[in-house]
Amino acid sequence: MSEWQPRILAILCNWCSYAGADLAGVSRIQYPPSIRVIRVPCSGRVDQLFILKSLQSGFDGVLVSGCHPGDCHYISGNYVARRKFALLKPLLEFIGIEPDRVQFSWISAGEGERFAEVITKITEDVRKLGPSKRLVKKT
Amino acid sequence: MSVEKELRRTVKDLLEEGGIDLFIGWERGSLPTVASPLFITDPVDAERLIFDITCGSNPAVYFTKDRRQFDGRRVGVVLKGCDSRSMVLYIKEKQADRENVVMVGAQCNGVLDRGKVASAAGGREILELEDDGEKTVTLKGRDYEIAVERDSILSSSCLSCIHPDALECDHFIGEPRQSVTREQRLREVREFEALSSTERWERTRHEYEKCIRCYACRNVCPSCYCAVCFVDQNDPPWIGGTCEFTDSMIFHLVRNLHVAGRCVECGACARACPMDIDLLLLNRKVAMEVLERFNDEAGMDITAKPAMADFKEDEKQDFIMG
Repeated sequence: MSEWQPRILAILCNWCSYAGADLAGVSRIQYPPSIRVIRVPCSGRVDQLFILKSLQSGFDGVLVSGCHPGDCHYISGNYVARRKFALLKPLLEFIGIEPDRVQFSWISAGEGERFAEVITKITEDVRKLGPSKRLVKKT
Repeated sequence: MSVEKELRRTVKDLLEEGGIDLFIGWERGSLPTVASPLFITDPVDAERLIFDITCGSNPAVYFTKDRRQFDGRRVGVVLKGCDSRSMVLYIKEKQADRENVVMVGAQCNGVLDRGKVASAAGGREILELEDDGEKTVTLKGRDYEIAVERDSILSSSCLSCIHPDALECDHFIGEPRQSVTREQRLREVREFEALSSTERWERTRHEYEKCIRCYACRNVCPSCYCAVCFVDQNDPPWIGGTCEFTDSMIFHLVRNLHVAGRCVECGACARACPMDIDLLLLNRKVAMEVLERFNDEAGMDITAKPAMADFKEDEKQDFIMG
């Protein structure tokens, strides 16, 4: 039997973090193979429901990553996203979901190194927590 | 009684010469513990109006959920503190036109919780309820008459109400009332926060497992007025429509976040819930976060932009990975 590996959904902004992931790839920077990527046009596109549904379908962690404040391709998408996430995270913690399962970061298209660091960090955080059980729909 | 009398006189005047076409208030319904909504156009009918502990429903909801009848009409409405905040929210969200609404605030002494009243009466049938705005409320049945403490039958949202008086209004009837402080209101939230993660999860699970997905909470909620709610969209379906726990939990979490910065904590959801779920706890937690992080409270400031439609560039972002 192989050891349990965390499965993490990474929802990445097309204009920055997704390109950051690409840069990490072409630069051959090593990071854990724990993420599955979904590309979105902007972190502002991410509805809190997407994050909750990912947890429900069995992902052990969710990462949402967008452009640094001030760098949004659509001027203010990441600011709006930040307000949404600012409420989701404490709410999840309040009802007893481990806070480290859902994380947010800003990664620009030039930060391939940083992308690898963030993925390594969230993978380690989620590994410590173990497989997700709460809020997972039993099929 | 005097509040009621003054209300009737004010409404009569408004309909006769105050330039309103319609007034929304409450009248005695077929059940003694629940007032019925009353729509009047004739000044004579102002005598039917009541205002007491049984006026629980939020009269502002008609401005969104049944708005066609208001087209081009100037409407008056009687408002408790929470209702007035809903009305302010509607004006901010362009659901109502301030110039076409006459807001009549009334001294609110809280509204009752039907479950608590039923147990106060010991399960006996209640045929009459008298509320004179005093410390006690009289319940009458076939062979009994008892006086119960007002606080013992109030809805939990009223016991921790920080704004019992209408904030924005054209007329105010009665005396402004003392409210509890913000810290008192958040006592339950703080107590819950102090528990361990596992315990919080167990309690949440225990509470929301009861949900039967009747959507009564959403239907009475003044802030829930989307033409099509996300749970009713089924092509593609956003979430499962079953009573399976995670489906229900996600429905409630997303509803909470949709009314974030918009929930006026009227407690209508909790009173409407047939399964007696403590729905307000999560609403209060979110409202607390909105106040602490964005310095905004729903329906308080008619000029401020709604919290979730606004942002500041240098906002606190402690939750972003460093």
